[in-house]
Amino acid sequence: MTEQLASAALVAIYSAMAVYSIALVFFAIDIAKRSSLKASPVQSELLGQADGFRGSIAVAKRAAPVAQAKASRFERTGFALTILAWLLHLAGAVLRGLANGYVPWSNMFEFSLVVSLALTTVFLGIQFWQKLGYLGVYATGASLIVLGVGTVNFYVDVTPLAVPLQSVWIIIHVGVAILATAFFAIGAGLSILQLLKARYEANPDASRLGFLRTIPSSVSLESLAYRMVVVGFVLWTFTLIAGAIWAERAWGRFWGWDTKEVWTFIIWVIYAGYIHARATRGWRGAPSAWLSIVGIAAVVFNYTIVNLFFKGLHAYSGL
Amino acid sequence: MSRPSDHYDSAPPSITQPELGVIGYVRFFWRQLTSMRTALLLLLLLALAAIPGSLVPQRSSDPNGVVQYFDANPALAPLLDSLQLFDVYASVWFSAIYLLLFISLIGCVIPRTTHHLRALRSRPPRTPARLERLEGFTVREPDTSALGAAAGSDTAASAIDSARDLLASRHYRVELYEVGGAHSVSAERGYLRETGNLVFHTALLGVLVSIGLGGSFAYNGQKVMIEGAPFVHVLGSYDSFNPGRFFDESHLEPFVMTLERFEVDYEEFNLNAYGVPTDFRAAVTARDQEGNESGAVIRVNHPFEFGGTRVYLLGNGYAPTITVRDGEGNIAFNRAVPFLPQDSNLTSLGIIKAPDALPEQLGMIGFFYPTAGVLASGAYTSIHADLLDPLLTLRVYTGDLGLDDGIPISVYTLDTDELTEVVGGDSGVETIELRPGETAQLPNGLGSVTFETMTPGAGANNWAGSVKRFASFDLHHNPAELGALVFAVLALLGLLCSLFVPRRRVWVKAKASPGGGIRLEYAGLARGEDPGLVEAVADIADTHGGKVEE
Ligand code: HEM
Repeated sequence: MTEQLASAALVAIYSAMAVYSIALVFFAIDIAKRSSLKASPVQSELLGQADGFRGSIAVAKRAAPVAQAKASRFERTGFALTILAWLLHLAGAVLRGLANGYVPWSNMFEFSLVVSLALTTVFLGIQFWQKLGYLGVYATGASLIVLGVGTVNFYVDVTPLAVPLQSVWIIIHVGVAILATAFFAIGAGLSILQLLKARYEANPDASRLGFLRTIPSSVSLESLAYRMVVVGFVLWTFTLIAGAIWAERAWGRFWGWDTKEVWTFIIWVIYAGYIHARATRGWRGAPSAWLSIVGIAAVVFNYTIVNLFFKGLHAYSGL
Repeated sequence: MSRPSDHYDSAPPSITQPELGVIGYVRFFWRQLTSMRTALLLLLLLALAAIPGSLVPQRSSDPNGVVQYFDANPALAPLLDSLQLFDVYASVWFSAIYLLLFISLIGCVIPRTTHHLRALRSRPPRTPARLERLEGFTVREPDTSALGAAAGSDTAASAIDSARDLLASRHYRVELYEVGGAHSVSAERGYLRETGNLVFHTALLGVLVSIGLGGSFAYNGQKVMIEGAPFVHVLGSYDSFNPGRFFDESHLEPFVMTLERFEVDYEEFNLNAYGVPTDFRAAVTARDQEGNESGAVIRVNHPFEFGGTRVYLLGNGYAPTITVRDGEGNIAFNRAVPFLPQDSNLTSLGIIKAPDALPEQLGMIGFFYPTAGVLASGAYTSIHADLLDPLLTLRVYTGDLGLDDGIPISVYTLDTDELTEVVGGDSGVETIELRPGETAQLPNGLGSVTFETMTPGAGANNWAGSVKRFASFDLHHNPAELGALVFAVLALLGLLCSLFVPRRRVWVKAKASPGGGIRLEYAGLARGEDPGLVEAVADIADTHGGKVEE
């Protein structure tokens, strides 16, 4: 039974990857089409006012959240495909969990499986609140890469849960870390766009990335990125505390500067730095956006290089 | 807000030059230290400084790794050591960064706390003269003609009264103002945001202090316990022990603990993981001085608490019981010896020292294979961690074991340089191979060695339980834990409030309009991140404007 479930999971995962790829293409076409769009003056005016800088007049601002251009056919297709890919992806994770008989996040393959799932979930979830079609290439691309690399390079067969991992804390601690990562990743995508857009705003004529005209202002993007990151930060803080509690249960000390603990701490401090930077004169805008990018880089480093090459108690890459 | 002067929400400072004189300089440096920029730089520095500790093994978490590092890099290691790179998290430079950060934090939090306490007791500020310049500015001119003649000031006052009730019902603190004939209500909410921020930062300090203080009274020690052998909880019976700075031997509560049984489950069905352990259970009993008895099954992730100490299961292995009779027929050695596992199938290495054997002292190096298999090279290896086909092999040495020199020697090593090999190796005598219950004679009348079985009556090939197991335990006591946990949870709660409670001011102003009706103005001001402000003001205008019209 285990074998069948595990291979069914793989079928779902590979199908999800195929659908993500097509979704990615549609989002990319949408972005390319945006470049050739002529910006209508009304639209850019409304976008300008979505920023909420002080002193502008409310009547127009009220309309701001819906002020973005109507989604193109390609963007809508991209979303539909992303939802399909997400369903397949979810099925893959659930089947793998059933094959395991425990949560599907106990080795590197499964981390990749679930982190990319969480990323798409968060990306789709925020659409109910903010239309982020322009982030489609980034979100589906990131999910596809993480899922693809994880499945192709890190796949391992189902094995019983290692004794040290037999604890409810694997659900809480690792599960929340995965969710936090998804928020950080979306935040970083927005920060990257924020940097591009800020450069565009400084000199609109010099930019060859025409689609930048059609996305919200750098100030709006920064504010969106910030909101993603603070949610991620709260979840990460929880991960840190839960990890300490688990370490106390398992090893008898809540903090021992084990490699993985060190990196969890470093990531936490970087994001605390990001939040501070947003509140420090001279650090808002581009410098803080760079910190958000450094943050996600540290998260990726922690999942890959630290898991694979660094020695420590958290030796559960499964490889 | 009494935030650091370089907070983006503070007014830009006018003077940045230090005032003259010592006090002036001190004040200048203090202001620098407690500025947002310094806090930020120290945070980033802290993140950077933590990195080397993950690249180089640390004495605190991986002492063996440090030894290996010194062996592998004899030139580089002393240099790194002089930079405290093997003790990063206790190093001067790492400590300096976090201590400066926390000084900065204290310097930042104290003025904000006093300021906030004052703000909590003060009234919302006077309504600004011109609301147009504020956020979410909205105008409503409700149709009040239906109300009849009682227009003008009366209507304005009652509109403001209802605005006050509306805002109060939404948890705003409200205050009425009347300036130049215009009635207005000034409202503020979200004091919890600043409270949360202060709680968060203060709680971080609490975590640090708990860890520092509690750690000084903490201790931990390691003990290998063999099935059936009692462990008396006093300092001397630990295998290793790490006391905190203020540890005192009298802190140890005396008790006796015994490992009754150690059991392991192995995977039997999944061929990808055949023989992988799936559960470890150490059944223990403990008895304190008053004679209170307690029993428990310790598992990984399930420690056992007794006498103020928590006992964690760390590792396990086999402890073959061996009897050595010397050349004169006396029992020179009779004990269960913990053999150290060398691989995941518990191929294990053990040392036997019989200094009292006559005519010569005897030393032995043994390998134990719980399930013996033969490699292509002809050498034995264990192919399963359970007792399916146990085998003990022994090489035997004679000579001075060096135990009388007074130099402490590990029980887990045997220095064979000065000894004579009499069995195994190049001695010409074949290595001794024993199954549980078997005895072998040593050459040259040196005596015999017996591998005792624990299940003498068991049938052939039923080896279950024939060899004792041992488990190694960590014993911990750390009074810091509760404090650190409480502060960590406070920090998390503070963080939630600080990030997600919007702090905002809202004003509603009513003026008699020239046409005889009233003109209502609404506006808000964010204090900190507040993406929902405009929505909130608009919603108040809709709800209230509609109400007034009724
Ligand atoms: C141990 C080091 C520190 C850490 C980990 C840290 C972390 C944080 C975090 C996560 C936030 C955002 C959440 C909140 O608003 O409560 C924050 C906000 C803030 N921190 Fe810190 N902090 C530290 C030290 C400091 C220091 C030394 C100062 C003063 C110079 C400071 C001043 C502030 C201020 C003013 C805010 C509010 C920012 C805003 O208005 O949005 N922090 N800090």
